[in-house]
Amino acid sequence: MSIQDKTPPSFGEFDSIQSEEFSSTRSFITLFKKEMLRMWAVAGQTLLAPVVTATLYLLIFGVSLGSRVSLFEDISYIQFVIPGLALMGVINNAFANCSSSLFISKYLGNIADLLVTPLTPLQFMFAYSLAAIIRALAVGSVVLLVSTFFTDMPWANPGQAFLMALVSAFLFAQFGLITAIFAKSFDSLSVFTNFMLMPLIYLGGLFYPVQQLPSPWNTISMFNPLYYLIEGFRAAILGKGEIPILISFSISTGLALALSAYVVYLFKHSPRLRN
Amino acid sequence: MMNAALDISNVSKSYGNFKAVKELNLRIESGEIFGLLGPNGAGKSSTIHLIAGLCRMQSGTISVFGNDIQKNFVQTRRDVGLMHQEIVVDNFLPIGQMLDLHPGYYGVPLDPKWRDLLIDRLALTPHLSKKMMGLSGGMKRRFMVAKALIHKPKLLILDEPTAGVDVELRVALWEFVREINKRGTTVLLTTHYIEEAEELCGRIGIMNHGELIALEKTQDLIGQINQRKLIVKFDKGEDFKATLKEGESLHSVLKDLANGDRTILDFDLQKGDLEDAFISLTSGKGAPQQ
Repeated sequence: MSIQDKTPPSFGEFDSIQSEEFSSTRSFITLFKKEMLRMWAVAGQTLLAPVVTATLYLLIFGVSLGSRVSLFEDISYIQFVIPGLALMGVINNAFANCSSSLFISKYLGNIADLLVTPLTPLQFMFAYSLAAIIRALAVGSVVLLVSTFFTDMPWANPGQAFLMALVSAFLFAQFGLITAIFAKSFDSLSVFTNFMLMPLIYLGGLFYPVQQLPSPWNTISMFNPLYYLIEGFRAAILGKGEIPILISFSISTGLALALSAYVVYLFKHSPRLRN
Repeated sequence: MMNAALDISNVSKSYGNFKAVKELNLRIESGEIFGLLGPNGAGKSSTIHLIAGLCRMQSGTISVFGNDIQKNFVQTRRDVGLMHQEIVVDNFLPIGQMLDLHPGYYGVPLDPKWRDLLIDRLALTPHLSKKMMGLSGGMKRRFMVAKALIHKPKLLILDEPTAGVDVELRVALWEFVREINKRGTTVLLTTHYIEEAEELCGRIGIMNHGELIALEKTQDLIGQINQRKLIVKFDKGEDFKATLKEGESLHSVLKDLANGDRTILDFDLQKGDLEDAFISLTSGKGAPQQ
């Protein structure tokens, strides 16, 4: 039946205009669903582009330069780099999903549509984070899938690798939300990405083993939270790492939980959202 | 005693040193269409943002149908539907999809019949597959009305709903608001169009410099304006226009005019309207007693 065939309802069908049915969970699910729809609406930008970028990294650092670099006896350079590239995809996309979605909402003003709803600060945090985690894990998975065309991976402990990726995505979703809440312009948003996030990623042992750096750079690198994420994820896949995976996991999870509590606080109190 | 739809008590709001709302007290009963008027910067939008939870008050309390907006914000935000003054653009999804999602944010399921009625009455059907950027200004306003109502709020807040829209749409929206109100929805309206307030609102509050300077039934407010407008037409030259204050004699004015070299052809004496009341109050002259 086409729209033209339908008889439009009249006001007579509504004695009163009130809905008694209410579910707080529905508010959360709706925001999460909207975030997924937004992600899908710009899939070329959110899903395809990061995979192309990671594939180019694989070609350059893994295949082209990798064949001339020898760091370990039993692990090739490309095997060393692949977990880092996959995790970079996870981190970048978790951050980008939250920061761009929330900041654009603020910039265009449609955040006002959400701030007047019964969504709680905790629901805001979880809905944005969950969508970011899904995008991040999707990109990371595709990067790992593409890498199978270049080399075989040991896959020492896939479960632990999944947990490390999950914590990494959650942690950087929080960074993304914090940045979006504080950012006043696209310029300030890119300042965090270019001057904080990218240096931390590239200096966190993505392309080289941190312990092989000369002193004091190896010690300084220990203060980089990205080091624990990359090292933990790599150790779970390769079966060997510079630090025990439990330490990587604990530090990353602790930081992620602390930041998520801060994000909830900001959604509740920040004058950048409600002045 | 029945809970008021909206009860604002001693509410103040400042932005830095600027006091946008000063010790505001206002009660709107359930089932009313209430008009909040005032010049730009009077504090109307700040008041609305406080009610809807878009900004925080420095002092005072606001309750919606008996629920405090801070202590029980989940319930009060569920009960309120706000049409923003600024056109809010979300360009990722078509408006039909956005409308379908919207009640979910409020924790209520989509009522397809109610949705169909809204899009039909607001003439949105041909535009549902378009994104916001593809709509004309009037269509954007219609969509924003639909969005404010899709979750069936008990209190509908319309912040300048007909700003920049044509006369036809304005009249259609008035009719629509009346029908919504007949079915139990309380309406709080801010507007710059005095005619709109006069047409729709049972009671009117006038704000100026963050304060409520008048709160009356619409007809009482107009009735307090004892000024009359006089227009006199002559056989030649321009018309004479003047405002007659209370007690001023029409006879003496016409007598003075008749003594000139022109002949009076006709004259028109008009009662004061809401616009006169508004100008009189906001310019600080002749404020009616509250």
